Amino acid sequence: MTAHHLLSLAVWLPILAGILVLAFGGEERPGATRWLSLIGAVLGFAVTVPLYLGFSNDTAAMQFVEMATWIPSFNINYHLGIDGISLWFVLLNSFMTILVVIAGWVVIEKRLSQYMAAFLIMSGLINGVFSALDAILFYVFFEAMLIPMYLIIGVWGGPRRVYAAIKFFLYTLLGSLLMLAAFIYLYFEAGGSFEILKFQMLPLPLGVQILIFIAFFLSFAVKVPMWPVHTWLPDAHVEAPTGGSVILAAITLKIGAYGFLRFNLPITPDASHTLSGVMIALSLIAVVYIGLVALVQNDMKKLVAYSSISHMGFVTLGIFMFNALGVEGGLLQMISHGFVSGAMFLCIGVLYDRMHTRQISDYGGVVNTMPRFAAFFMLFAMANAGLPGTSGFIGEFVVTLSAIQVNFWYAALAATTLIFGAAYTLWMYKRVVFGEVANDHVAGLKDINCREALFLAVLAALVLAMGLYPKPLTDTMHASVQQLLEQVSTTKF
Amino acid sequence: MTFATPNLVPVYPEIFLLVALSAILIADLFVSETHRFLTYAYTQLALVGTAGFLVLGATGVPLTTFGGMFVDDPMARTLKLVAVLAVALMLAYSRSYNQQRGLFRGEFHVLILFALLGIMVMVSANHFLVLYLGLELLSLSMCALIALQRDSAQSTEAAMKYFVLAALASGLLLYGLSMLYGATGSLQMALVSNSILSGSADPAILVFGLVFVVAGLAFKLGVVPFHMWVPDVYEGAPTAVTLFVSTAPKIAAFAFFMRLLVGALGSLVSDWQSMLVIVSVLSMLVGNVTAIAQTNIKRMLAYSTISHMGFLLLGILSGSLGGYAAAMFYVVAYVLMSLGAFGVILLLGREGFEADQLDDFKGLNKRNPWVAFMMLLIMISMAGVPVSVGFFAKLSVLSAVLDAGMTWLVVVAVLMSLIGAFYYLRVIKLMYMDEPEDTTPIVAEADHRILIGLNALAILVLGILPQPLIDLCLASITQSMRG
Repeated sequence: MTAHHLLSLAVWLPILAGILVLAFGGEERPGATRWLSLIGAVLGFAVTVPLYLGFSNDTAAMQFVEMATWIPSFNINYHLGIDGISLWFVLLNSFMTILVVIAGWVVIEKRLSQYMAAFLIMSGLINGVFSALDAILFYVFFEAMLIPMYLIIGVWGGPRRVYAAIKFFLYTLLGSLLMLAAFIYLYFEAGGSFEILKFQMLPLPLGVQILIFIAFFLSFAVKVPMWPVHTWLPDAHVEAPTGGSVILAAITLKIGAYGFLRFNLPITPDASHTLSGVMIALSLIAVVYIGLVALVQNDMKKLVAYSSISHMGFVTLGIFMFNALGVEGGLLQMISHGFVSGAMFLCIGVLYDRMHTRQISDYGGVVNTMPRFAAFFMLFAMANAGLPGTSGFIGEFVVTLSAIQVNFWYAALAATTLIFGAAYTLWMYKRVVFGEVANDHVAGLKDINCREALFLAVLAALVLAMGLYPKPLTDTMHASVQQLLEQVSTTKF
Repeated sequence: MTFATPNLVPVYPEIFLLVALSAILIADLFVSETHRFLTYAYTQLALVGTAGFLVLGATGVPLTTFGGMFVDDPMARTLKLVAVLAVALMLAYSRSYNQQRGLFRGEFHVLILFALLGIMVMVSANHFLVLYLGLELLSLSMCALIALQRDSAQSTEAAMKYFVLAALASGLLLYGLSMLYGATGSLQMALVSNSILSGSADPAILVFGLVFVVAGLAFKLGVVPFHMWVPDVYEGAPTAVTLFVSTAPKIAAFAFFMRLLVGALGSLVSDWQSMLVIVSVLSMLVGNVTAIAQTNIKRMLAYSTISHMGFLLLGILSGSLGGYAAAMFYVVAYVLMSLGAFGVILLLGREGFEADQLDDFKGLNKRNPWVAFMMLLIMISMAGVPVSVGFFAKLSVLSAVLDAGMTWLVVVAVLMSLIGAFYYLRVIKLMYMDEPEDTTPIVAEADHRILIGLNALAILVLGILPQPLIDLCLASITQSMRG
């Protein structure tokens, strides 16, 4: 019985926990708020574990499907299900939520219960995004997610938080409204159904496909974000609180790429092929140009934000190679980036909580006062640079392999990321961590406490485990990726 | 000479309301200032009674009476019920506001009931003259209500503007109706419709008349280019009256469109459709863009209303039963949201303080998280973001328009919603991200708080489970418009 409702639990448990935190965890009871949030987050993750354990690798069909009529007059269903593509995002999201709760444990001083509730509710909504199989259900989760994120950035963020929050919201809304228009169009084409799987089998003329592709593209490209609609991301990241940055980088960016895989490729395969040149060009610009931009940042968070854009360029590059290596590499890169960028932001958060500055020039010689922290930071920096043995290497390597099958120059340009990535990450690391103790503030730093060590150690273990043995991940993806590639190689008109 | 008594059963709610409000008018004379609450209680009782008649007398089939001048169909019943509910909520929200400003008087309640009676007559009108009768009853009561704060120059100015422009619009409408009468030889909607269908009417005169009718209707709905009165009236009128103006009359205006354009002039759909397209696109554009520049929240909501009404017209102009049902869904959703928004403004106001500036919302989350959250729900619903009833209202209208094959119009509407999202977001921003300037504790009556909570909850619940309301609207429209 419960096996059939696992996805619903994954969606609604965190939301319910969030509501409970809002209702019972007032400002005067911070302890209760924290523990209630942690219990909610852990339970939220616990219900997703059976999803992995019970997942069958042999089929590309949707698993753990739940179906109920929701709004009969529009034939909208509450239809949930996951395949090899979405499984890992649900797990990743539920897992990162625990870390975010722990990371905000004592750091958040104002309106703690609202902060925790916003993250828990968002966690549930994101699980909904990844498991919705009805277009309107997807859209509802996709949009509803914006509101907690808007508040997270705008209420608990840095000095320019309001500007960043509004920019984030409006950019995302623009794309998603056009996507809604495309959904309604497809609804009529599909004979009155919002089922995503039916959309995928719908024959469409090329002209229509291209328009729909563009509507989806605007929605998902903003999320990824792809050059040139990436400008909201550095602002949002810099101004967001640590937890917000982690969720943004680790999870919400993936929704964009997931959207490409779930909507663009299968629903508009011919348009995807027609426009793949543009997509590849945009991806390569993101990889190379944004990599260079990251090199000149003075603000650590901004640097990691640009590095995220560059890494996500890799993901979209892999997706539009239309081969198994590319798509699987893109997926691996996304999961790895979820851990690594999350870890980088948590590391910066650790520093920021002590020094209240993110400027690289305010630091120097941190290793002298925080040796344990420096060790963790080193590992994540290496992973961000794509060092073999860490998770960062796998995705980049596989995508580069797939690109070389298509065109040598794609691969050559993409491979520059290994150089730029190493350059900006390690240069930042050197300036922050090594050298003489820069000033009195650095001299007074205390090394990480147990709470911080806990979440950094867990992430470090995951980064290494995934780097050394990625097979469990690729096994689950394989069937779904194969089916996706068949769909994208079949013409629809 | 025999005198046939018309069948009065379909008119029971109106008769009850008229009797009740006359009784209140007289009773109020004998109520002393300290017992004014009685007038309020009687008014609420009158509304409950009217609602009771509406619910119990519902037959599910269209009935006409007074020689076909008055029609009682499911659409009319539903819309009247929503209007009665809206007025009841509005009175509850504005009670303490009125008490603090000396507006808690018999006139206020009686005028509101008269306006409601006008709305109910309009909703059921099946004859041009009955329609006009209801319209004038509503307009004149509204005019007096706007001017109720005699000492306020702003209110008087607003009332003056409204009066002059309403008279002009009525003139346009009457002129258009007289053209239709000239072309078809009848004032009864069903006969007008038949006459046009039979082809005996001169199309040139018909279309000429139609232009004036649409202009008159557009004024009543408050859409561009006949919208100039809306912001001034919203800002100038006491907030309690603004709340009324922004809710119940919109229901009447929707019925007005349905009866006149769809009921009587349905066969001229291609003519009025193109006019409505222009009006609707302009309303969404002007309403949304101008709202951004406002610093007064009542004025901002006025422009927001203009854009919402433009969106509503999209449903009507799609010219299908599904589209009309979507428009009806939209108007009900809009009334709920508008009630909530003005309810919050009224809740924040206190003696000598109106809470009508956007800056008055700064830091509301710090002052009172519960009220801020209610306003958050209302604002996201107005922006059309899920999970809220506003999203499904927009979705149903957009799908009706797309079904009618006007893809470009959907794209325009979608882009306009994006512009609209900006100023709703700004309210959220002010509440959550700014520091409060005013730290006076927020005091409100318990019933006001509870009703605001229920109102916002309705927005949320209908945003999660919209099916009952969709069914209700669709059933009302199909049963009423089949003929």
